[in-house]
Amino acid sequence: MAAPCVEPAKGGFSFENCSRNARFEQMGLKFPKAYKTGTTIAGVIYKDGVVLGADTRATEDTVVADKNCAKIHYISDNIYCCGAGTAADTEMTTQMISGQLELHRLATGRAPRVCTANRLLKQMLFRYQGYIGAALVLGGVDSTGPNLYSIWPHGSTDKLPYVTMGSGSLAAMATFEDRFKPNMTKEEAMKLVRDAIAAGIFNDLGSGSNVDLCVITKDKVEYIRPHEIANAKGVKQGRYLYKRGTTATLSSDVKKIEFDVIGTEVKTSAQPMDTQ
Amino acid sequence: MSGYPTLRPQPQFSKTIELPKGPYGVPDSMMHGFQASRVAADLTQAHPLQASEEQWLDHKLKMDFVMLKNSQGIQAPLKLKMEHFAASKMQRLPCLNSSNLMADILSGREELIGFEDILNNPAESEVMGQPHAMVERRMGLL
Repeated sequence: MAAPCVEPAKGGFSFENCSRNARFEQMGLKFPKAYKTGTTIAGVIYKDGVVLGADTRATEDTVVADKNCAKIHYISDNIYCCGAGTAADTEMTTQMISGQLELHRLATGRAPRVCTANRLLKQMLFRYQGYIGAALVLGGVDSTGPNLYSIWPHGSTDKLPYVTMGSGSLAAMATFEDRFKPNMTKEEAMKLVRDAIAAGIFNDLGSGSNVDLCVITKDKVEYIRPHEIANAKGVKQGRYLYKRGTTATLSSDVKKIEFDVIGTEVKTSAQPMDTQ
Repeated sequence: MSGYPTLRPQPQFSKTIELPKGPYGVPDSMMHGFQASRVAADLTQAHPLQASEEQWLDHKLKMDFVMLKNSQGIQAPLKLKMEHFAASKMQRLPCLNSSNLMADILSGREELIGFEDILNNPAESEVMGQPHAMVERRMGLL
């Protein structure tokens, strides 16, 4: 606005175009679909920590937009978060909460807890009443032990030993309900999460490509990307380019391009100056 | 327990809107831009979250002050509100953007990162009013 007495905007979301968009929709204009991660994400608590798993497909309505996107986001050194829903929303939400948690850590001087991250996420998502489409699986190990939360877009959370979210969550949950037991070993837990994500990949159209895993224990984090390439792109069987001479040459004509030499430059190799 | 406000800020259903005064009694678009003449846009909501977002910080402070009043008595919010009032007076000229450092510290926003720091940050606003016109308007000379 180029007026002399313009008031500055307050910051945050701007609702200037909402009524214009509503009018466009009434007139019949179709909006572009958001880049969603129709997804399978899952998490499990085992003896020493937490295993988080995710597939790697991002869709845009019915087209695969990204064959290998990373859905396990960093929140802090001991806390990671998988995100399902609108890809931009999960990305920005987890980055903001990561920043807030870091500020909180600097202010309190203590290692962050998973319940703090959960509270921050839940309060932010409730504030926006579900318009931020981010369904998250938050897991980490802090001073109280391994913790796993699932967070829904409207702001409700659950603290559970095994959770799944996303469009493939039913397939993954079926695997968990069948084979979960408390205090598993690391190999059993990784196999279980891998099987759950694979169930989502093969039975849900919105999930696909590879399985990513993230194993969080008290001392270290293993971010295994990819853990398994479940859907490899096919390798071409032969060379399909045309051989030279396939197209017959009828006639050929060589024309010389005339050019003038404008200038010449002689470059010597750079020699260090003789300083004392 | 005396009057807690609602959990989320509710849209205010009755609001007095004063039209910005211009010559001949109509809102002056040359001075205040097109938004000045669209006063009716303030009454309806383009988006369900619009009213909630505008009042979010004020509402949070209101809730905090009511809880403080219930636990420590009226003196605590009185003192804090006085400090807030003093902080709100420390502003730059109307065309420039103030950092609001003291107000942020008092309300606790210096330890938070929200969407207002990332999206549409007023410090990175692309438009600026003319200093003379804005100061004249504030002093009532316009």
